Amino acid sequence: MRAIRKKFVDVVANDKIDFTVEKGEIHGLLGENGAGKTVLMNILYGLYRADEGKILIDGKEAEIDGPNAAIKLGIGMVHQHFMVVPSLTVAENIVLGNEPTRNKVLLDTKKIMKDVKEFCDRYKLEVDLKAPIHVLPVGVQQRVEILKALYRGANILILDEPTSVLTPQEAQELFKAIRALREQGKTVIFISHKLNEVMAVCDRITVLRKGKVVGTVKASETNVNELATMMVGREVSFTFKKTRPATKKTVLRVEDLKAFDDRNLPAIKGVSFEVHAYEILGVAGVEGNGQTELVETLTGLRRVATGKISLLDMDVTRAPPHERIEQGASCVPEDRHKRGLIMEFSVMENIILGSHDRPPFAKNLVRLDIDEASNYAEKLIQEFSIKTPSKDAPAQHLSGGTQQRVVLAREFSRNPKLIIACQPTRGLDVGATEYVRSKLVDMRNNGCAVLLISADLDEIWALSDRIAVIYEGRIVAVKDPEKTSESELGLLMAGAKSE
Amino acid sequence: MQNLSERLGTLVRLLRGLLLRLLADLRGALPKMLPQVVAILLAFLVGAVVLAVTGYSPLDAYGAMLFGAFGDASGLGQTFTQATPIIFTALAFLFAYKCGLFNIGAEGQFLVGAFAAALVGISFGGLPAFVHIPLSLLGGVVAGAFWGFVPAILKARLGTHEVITTMMLSYVALYVTGYFVNYPFKEPGGWTAQTVVISPSAELPRILEPTQLSASIFVALLLAGLTYYTLQRTTIGYEIRAIGLNPSAAEAGGISVGKGIILALVISGAMAGLGGAGEVLGVHRRFIEGFSPGYGWDGLAVALVGGLNPVGILLASVLFGALRSGGMTMTRVSHVPLDIATILQALVILFVAAPKLVQYLMKRGRSKR
Repeated sequence: MRAIRKKFVDVVANDKIDFTVEKGEIHGLLGENGAGKTVLMNILYGLYRADEGKILIDGKEAEIDGPNAAIKLGIGMVHQHFMVVPSLTVAENIVLGNEPTRNKVLLDTKKIMKDVKEFCDRYKLEVDLKAPIHVLPVGVQQRVEILKALYRGANILILDEPTSVLTPQEAQELFKAIRALREQGKTVIFISHKLNEVMAVCDRITVLRKGKVVGTVKASETNVNELATMMVGREVSFTFKKTRPATKKTVLRVEDLKAFDDRNLPAIKGVSFEVHAYEILGVAGVEGNGQTELVETLTGLRRVATGKISLLDMDVTRAPPHERIEQGASCVPEDRHKRGLIMEFSVMENIILGSHDRPPFAKNLVRLDIDEASNYAEKLIQEFSIKTPSKDAPAQHLSGGTQQRVVLAREFSRNPKLIIACQPTRGLDVGATEYVRSKLVDMRNNGCAVLLISADLDEIWALSDRIAVIYEGRIVAVKDPEKTSESELGLLMAGAKSE
Repeated sequence: MQNLSERLGTLVRLLRGLLLRLLADLRGALPKMLPQVVAILLAFLVGAVVLAVTGYSPLDAYGAMLFGAFGDASGLGQTFTQATPIIFTALAFLFAYKCGLFNIGAEGQFLVGAFAAALVGISFGGLPAFVHIPLSLLGGVVAGAFWGFVPAILKARLGTHEVITTMMLSYVALYVTGYFVNYPFKEPGGWTAQTVVISPSAELPRILEPTQLSASIFVALLLAGLTYYTLQRTTIGYEIRAIGLNPSAAEAGGISVGKGIILALVISGAMAGLGGAGEVLGVHRRFIEGFSPGYGWDGLAVALVGGLNPVGILLASVLFGALRSGGMTMTRVSHVPLDIATILQALVILFVAAPKLVQYLMKRGRSKR
């Protein structure tokens, strides 16, 4: 791609980008959210037209005026959000659009199965072809998307943030599949903002920043720190200073807690732990081992079956959420769109959520003091550097990192004693991740008890004073980070070893 | 004395501040209502085609309608008389809608409110008007609130869908009040199914004789302002909007979703009930079976046409009132059947309910320019 330029209203998303991918390589396209990665690839796939510049495929200039043209040229794309038909089977989804038929009308089911089977064997991608899509885990759905693109004859495969929806294990499986594709002579463009991933799977990496190419490097000749600097434009620190506490006051005490999940199956099966002031307790674990349910029981959103939760020596086992908030509990929820923010509400309205029914915002029982709320919002926008056009802009217009800042501003500014942070940096770019982590450490250094729940072992490792491992609804171990290793934790997370 | 003038000063400042804010909010809201305006214009355009095809002059018919609705005092009075009950029911729909609830049972809440107000208005004859009128209105409010409370508690406790329950309760209200007015509370010796007239001390004054326009319209205007204030400037309104937009996040923010749902539906019912009470005390002065031509259902449509905000609802109510009163004049003067007015009303709703079509037309219009 030569000198690609694309402008949206008043934002230059791609500014004279030169981007070259060799045949048969895995090429990483790295950049923060909004750097222009997806826009560039959408131009290649024909979803957008470039304002300037040209695209050359195998040395020949190509006119790509839509996805159909791209598919004809052997370009396939797997989007962040899958485009599968949930009720159809895997095989049906793969052939969708190119269904083999008998007499042009009847679906040739036998041929479909045979074709697809052969096809999967060739690429060593295993899936249960007869299963309807909606029962399959996301990792497998994604594999179906890749197969679909290959079935349409893709030689160049674009994967847009493919790991953002996957567990670490699923991501590993994906990497294996990608490498297998390279063996078959396919070219893969891997879009990501995660440094470790691109280092792990790519041959070469092109870094974009603010719509421009910063550089292209070989993965074997660079390291994570160099990439981070290229991506963010300044040095990024992955380590944090912590002050040692003098006290050991227990803020949160959980005793033999049990709770059920939405399907009424036991999700938390007798969990006990304590979190102290001036401490970050990291809970490591593969997603889906009861973390979501644990957070919900702690914040009062899920009923406790048996056991006890005490917050600063007050029994809050049955207390509704607002009583826990009053008692000093704050939460950075794992799904900020669902639990964290009201997307249509303004920044200001989101910032007072949870404090809206108390002075200084509530006056005479029911009057909402907008002036008071405005001043407070302005102050936090400054303090947390929230990049918003104004306090009245709806949260849905902000970027993911900025939205998370709004959540942090709200949760960290009401003088919490306990912070429950669940996957707090998921989906955030490097700069935003660094900010969130440093804020969590700040809160800890100011005397907060922090319960950090994360599937990202690097995150747990970088921040925790103690590390608990959760597996199938149980805390299987609590470790001192200085006396354990990543491999030991990995084994514990996989349920291989338990004390 | 000085104390009093100081207080007055504060009051004036407060009112002015509120007015300025309302205007500022309006400026933001008006462009959003453009699709509604386009939809209304489209409806009249298509209506003109219908008129022309059926052999009437669209110009004459619309002229007669416009004159009938706004041309003289009696037309104006008729228009606003028709608009008043719809303001109440539309605001009622809006309030529940902001909590994410479809209260399509405003008709029933309106009817029980009307009947309760009639009962209170008939009883307590000796009271002075300044006590009797509010008391009768309160009767309507309480009855409407109760009619909203039943589906509310069912929804909050059992998860029953409010669309089903509110609609079913509308029929219950229709037949129960129908029974009452045919048997136990029927005017003795009368032929029609109606109660006796209310005591004069409970009558809401007529404000534009000889039309039936009553002081109920002031109550409606006040309610529109109060609805806006409650939704935007109180903690209750904040919580109700939060629940309506994202109940999960509201719950995580410490808001009780169940309480909010109950409150929203009860207030919504109370608003519709107040409308019914105003109709009985101001217009009919008694409860007559079938006196509502479907004000509750109209409210739903008007709330949508009004862009789901109080100011828009006021404007849309006047439009619907004008279609009703102007339609009658149109029939009398140009012999166009009254059904044309109904067709127009339906067209307005249709075009508003098809925002995609209107957006598409507006976009094309813009790109041509």
